Amino acid sequence: MPAQLGSCAGIAVPGRAPPPSRGRHRPYPHPVTTTAPLLPALTARVRAQAHARSAACPCGAATLADRPDATVVRHGEVVAKAHAPGTDADALAHRLAFTARLPGVLLPPLAPAPAELHGRLVTCWPYGTPVDPDDPDAAPWEAAGALLARLHRTPAPATLPPMRGPAKAAAALARLRRSAPRHPDAAPVLRAWAALPAWARGEDAMPDTGTPCHGDFHLGQLVRHPTAGGPWLLIDVDDLGRGVPAWDLARPAAWYACGLLPPDEWTRFLAAYRAAGGPAVPPAGDPWPALDVPARALTAQTAARALAKAVAAGRPLDEVERCLVDACARMPSVAPGGPA
Amino acid sequence: MHCPKCHAPMHTYNRNGVQIEQCSGCRGIFLDYGELESLTRLESQWAQPAPPPPAAPQAYPAAPAPAWGAPHGGHGHHGHNRHKSFGHMLFSS
Repeated sequence: MPAQLGSCAGIAVPGRAPPPSRGRHRPYPHPVTTTAPLLPALTARVRAQAHARSAACPCGAATLADRPDATVVRHGEVVAKAHAPGTDADALAHRLAFTARLPGVLLPPLAPAPAELHGRLVTCWPYGTPVDPDDPDAAPWEAAGALLARLHRTPAPATLPPMRGPAKAAAALARLRRSAPRHPDAAPVLRAWAALPAWARGEDAMPDTGTPCHGDFHLGQLVRHPTAGGPWLLIDVDDLGRGVPAWDLARPAAWYACGLLPPDEWTRFLAAYRAAGGPAVPPAGDPWPALDVPARALTAQTAARALAKAVAAGRPLDEVERCLVDACARMPSVAPGGPA
Repeated sequence: MHCPKCHAPMHTYNRNGVQIEQCSGCRGIFLDYGELESLTRLESQWAQPAPPPPAAPQAYPAAPAPAWGAPHGGHGHHGHNRHKSFGHMLFSS
């Protein structure tokens, strides 16, 4: 059930580990422990939290994810997440503190600070019901647009780190360069990426540093809490931070532009965002001057990720993945718009 | 005036600009000369076909899309049956 996991990117890039954290937290040792000892310890942690009043566990545990960048386990109503090795402890603490202040928008953590377990930072969360991956037609596009608008309208504290969207996209492109530099479909993706402004490639500061952004929005980042009919909330704080709010709209925008997301779903999402006063795009008229650069970046990121996975699996691109590469190939004929 | 049928007092009302008298007892209605024609005329105007409604909007108004987007305004591979690969993409970073 990957939907509860939040981010599934976080591709590790050798030589581009996050900068060492300051303050009382020490950088985590590298290479970190494998998940083998972590998983039972994390399971014990979440079990202890979920069933604090009883030695018996009535619910049965579930490992929701065990990936290199995140291990997520659930016991009852509690979910524990071990964040990616090398996660900046201070940055995560600031992201967590901001999340705790927006309980109607972001799922609030159970504890205000991350704990440490087997060299990994661990946070605990209430369990929320995700969007059903088998029924994406039931996706709550209106709620998603309204939640992002409310997030973007919140003043960003200066302590909030930068949003990690461009850095994550850069990591996906770096992975493509390593894994399939000479693949014929890599060239248009790399060209489209190279034409983007430096901020969108994670190589310069973003032109907006005052707006809190989710940084990795997709349908897996929404849960209902409380689980029975509760409101939709955003989850996954790993990429949360100050940045260009159009980035949070840009993944659905890219899907729509590539002909993958039906126009009505895109329109519902955008209309709800505008109705809730979201500042990323003008309240009316053509939103694309604001969306163009982030949507190109997300298209290139998604294409790079798809191509690297296809090459690793020794298979050709499927027709959806082909749409992304084709869109990248068309980009050079139109100069990027929006903030330079 | 009083009702010619039950002799109860009649009260005057205005219906669409036409003065009519209604009996407070038997609820019968008395129309002066020309008032029936006035009501008939009003009725025929009411029954006339309404002006044609504006052209039915498209199922979804054409949303703007970037020039590098898929041809035909973004009507690419979506459809009634969503592609499995895209279904997964909706939930992925």
